[in-house]
Amino acid sequence: MIPAILGKKVGMTQVFEPTGERVPVTLVQAGPCVVLQIKRADGPDGYHAVQLGFDDGKPHRATLPEIGHCRKAQTAPKRYVREIRLDAPVDKNVGDTVTVDLFQQAEVKFVDVIGVTKGKGFQGVMKRWGFGGQPASHGTERKHRSPGSISGRAANRGTSGAGKKGRRMAGHMGHARRTILSQALVGVDAEQNLLLIRGAVPGPTGGYVIVRQAVKRS
Amino acid sequence: MKNPLVDAVEKKYRRSNDLDFEIGDTVVVTLRIVEGNRERLQDFEGTVIARHGRGLDEMFTVRRIVANEGVERTFPLHSPRIATIRTVRSGKVRRGKLYFLRERVGKARRLRERRISAEARKAAADARAAKTRALQEAQEAVAASKSEMAGTPS
Repeated sequence: MIPAILGKKVGMTQVFEPTGERVPVTLVQAGPCVVLQIKRADGPDGYHAVQLGFDDGKPHRATLPEIGHCRKAQTAPKRYVREIRLDAPVDKNVGDTVTVDLFQQAEVKFVDVIGVTKGKGFQGVMKRWGFGGQPASHGTERKHRSPGSISGRAANRGTSGAGKKGRRMAGHMGHARRTILSQALVGVDAEQNLLLIRGAVPGPTGGYVIVRQAVKRS
Repeated sequence: MKNPLVDAVEKKYRRSNDLDFEIGDTVVVTLRIVEGNRERLQDFEGTVIARHGRGLDEMFTVRRIVANEGVERTFPLHSPRIATIRTVRSGKVRRGKLYFLRERVGKARRLRERRISAEARKAAADARAAKTRALQEAQEAVAASKSEMAGTPS
């Protein structure tokens, strides 16, 4: 089976457990995805994978290569196309559809969600890395949110004169691919192609995500 | 506007019976209490002093006096642990949040009663039900026309 599906973040709400406990959930509209291409270890690609396409785009926005590629699967060009790496060949053909059913059939309890986080722009170290900043008073001047010392000379036990690599500094935050591991799959609505995933999922409402069976928890 | 898919999920968890209590009403909230594998019911009676939140997230606060000490409990309106909410008395109030009751002591705590005849109460409940139903139908119609539009091949 294919342990992953492509989807779109719909929004968040909460559901009740029978005990009255409230569970925060993110709704992800996942699939139906179309298999656009299959890669096999014994083929020219040298590894097993399946390429999925999700969400029909406007035809006039698609390029001819995209249209041609999707035509092989007898489908309209897709807005979100991603490859899912596999250990073994799948029993799917180009043009087959993948739905949330697969999570039900495999009785998946936990999922990993991969998406692109919301962009935060250029941010300082306090927001970006959670630094404490400098004192508000006791003579501090115009340096309340600054990182402080970033290293002495030869901080990496070399004589380069430059600071150690990887020093956390201010810079662009967000709009990066992030994977959230082992989120509980609260429910599956096969009729509406909906997944109910406990907790928050990367990206804005309407953003695309990959949902796969949890790698580290089952 | 709320996404129709979110709405559809929330609908499954929403309390279906019509809720006819307002701020200032005295209500009896019957709770399901689970002790081990036994379930029993417990009443909590008091004045509704606040309602906040929207949709499935709505909460309400009930205040009562126990052993001369004010006790407030806030419940999720749609919690499955609440068996019933029954209105005992209606108070005449002019604001949405009755936090001023916390400062009141003794007889001043009482709210002037709003006498409602049984028929008037029923009529109000019916009107409310009709309103929610009409709203629901309108929303469904919008959702239906939208999905129809989405289904049209371009």
